[in-house]
Amino acid sequence: MSETSRAQATVLLTHEAGLHARPSVSLTKRAKQFRARIQLALAPDGPWVDAKSIVKIMATKAPQGSTLHLRAEGEDADTAIHELVALVERDFEDHG
Amino acid sequence: MADSQAPVCLQGRPASPGLAAGTVLVYADGFRQRRQAGTSGEEQEALRMALQQAAGDLSALMERIDDAETSAVLEFQVALLEDDNLSEPAFQRIGGGEPADRAFRAVIDAMAADYRAAADEYFAARASDLEDLGERVIRLLHGEATVCPRLPIGAILLADDLSPSRFLAMDWSNDRAIALRRGSPTAHVAMLARSREVPMVVGLGDVGVAADTPALLDGEAGTLLLNPGGEDRAAFRQRQIALRGEHREDAQLSLLPARTRDGEAVSVHLNIADPEELRRLDPALCDGIGLVRTEFLFHGRRGLPDETEQFEVYRRLLRWAEDRPVTIRTLDAGGDKPVAGLTLVGEANPFLGLRGVRLSLAHPAVFRVQLRALLRSACCGRLRIMIPMVSVPREMTAARALVHEVREELQAEGRSVGDFELGMMVEVPAAALTLDAFQVDFYSIGSNDLTQYLLAAGRDASAVADLADPLEPAVLNTIAAVVASARRRGLPVSLCGDAGADPRVLPHLLATGLRSVSVAPAAVGRVKRIVNDWSRASHG
Repeated sequence: MSETSRAQATVLLTHEAGLHARPSVSLTKRAKQFRARIQLALAPDGPWVDAKSIVKIMATKAPQGSTLHLRAEGEDADTAIHELVALVERDFEDHG
Repeated sequence: MADSQAPVCLQGRPASPGLAAGTVLVYADGFRQRRQAGTSGEEQEALRMALQQAAGDLSALMERIDDAETSAVLEFQVALLEDDNLSEPAFQRIGGGEPADRAFRAVIDAMAADYRAAADEYFAARASDLEDLGERVIRLLHGEATVCPRLPIGAILLADDLSPSRFLAMDWSNDRAIALRRGSPTAHVAMLARSREVPMVVGLGDVGVAADTPALLDGEAGTLLLNPGGEDRAAFRQRQIALRGEHREDAQLSLLPARTRDGEAVSVHLNIADPEELRRLDPALCDGIGLVRTEFLFHGRRGLPDETEQFEVYRRLLRWAEDRPVTIRTLDAGGDKPVAGLTLVGEANPFLGLRGVRLSLAHPAVFRVQLRALLRSACCGRLRIMIPMVSVPREMTAARALVHEVREELQAEGRSVGDFELGMMVEVPAAALTLDAFQVDFYSIGSNDLTQYLLAAGRDASAVADLADPLEPAVLNTIAAVVASARRRGLPVSLCGDAGADPRVLPHLLATGLRSVSVAPAAVGRVKRIVNDWSRASHG
């Protein structure tokens, strides 16, 4: 049980177009690099969707100014959340 | 259905200029074709294969595309194809007995409807990407290896709409043209048509046209004339010839250097709003690029561009220009050019508000990304970085300090930074009156803003349009003073507003001593003609 680590965070979406095509491509691509199960929601009580699925992410239609709630479960959960928050904060630029 | 004999003129909206005479090729909707369905297992396998093939085809198409906007559209489609959540509902429907094409179409239609229902236009616009993708997959299910028909020479393609990927897969050379029942002049495909000079008309409405109907498409007027009579054809032919002749004459002149009758060289640079324009331009046309409006990068549907995307665009501009200087203006948002998420909303007087360098300095994170991309591109050519809307020297000092920081940061990362120049736009009277206090490598006069600020007459206020005249002595005297300052300090000076291409104003600008202008590519021939006719004697 103690093997599994959990992490969560919230981050403000500042991207002009919200979680639209390219930010979604960028977010899901990065999420897939981790083994942890990663989920995203627009409210603290969900509904939670798979952050590795572009179909699910696009379906949230998160506009600019949304607060994104991220949570992860798995050995690299901490790093995953840290990196995804950083990605959103720097507006989905691939190079940090 | 239009009568097959009588001439009928369909009115739409112009989307890409040019005239085309040919025959209508009706592009039937691929979705409505029938195919023989197999067992559930076979259908699921067929869909799996089609999805895989579609992803492969799109990736191959991406390899051949060199513009960032188009490849981002395709990348989104590939990402969707690779997501099991896209196909899962379709596999379930097939399991329930539906054929693969119908199942997949139902899933795409439902998703597209969901996107369309979004309040946000960015999301709504993605519905057409989904439909593009759906159509590709379904065509593969129907066993069509090539997604697109081969267009005969002189074909006028008539369709409801046309997706970017389908446009890119077709050959549009040799007088082919596009007529759409729906569509929009601002659609991505219209932009592609303009950059490749394919005449295009959109918004013709629900018209039925028999295949192979002779037609004349007028991309200037936005019309499609079916079954033209002999007189219509003759008149059209005359216009085609005239248009080509005008182009030829301008083209010949535009490739030669401009020189006044006194023998003084005048350099003519290009204003570029979209790097796609360069595809069809010969660098010999100009002495460089005098203004790149980087706002175009920030108006994409995908939000603010990242460093790589910007770098690639800047590099492309510099490489195109070879050894000619390329002046790239840093983001000049604000005023009449809002950028969502960046500029302030609801400023009472945006032209006097947070715009140009003021905005960039207020958002150093965004500004730094642009400066990093610019400095990285400097090694590819002769880069001039131009800062817009500078009013007081401390703004230029702050911009210069950021540039230095970014240069050091890049060097610390082991990247080489080539030589570049850093200059200012002269468009605020306060700056024009105190130029010697600015530490810069060049000036570029922004005549549109300079005129509106000097005369306190807004560019957007039609009631005071008479006042906003660059021929007012206040404007010409100020320009003369800027030219004199440049000469005294040994700095290059150019002008990049509409005045430079205005036949009424240009002679007066030459009289101030100005010997460099930057104008739209289409105006180069005309500008050179005016310069060649001008002499000091002719203009006291």
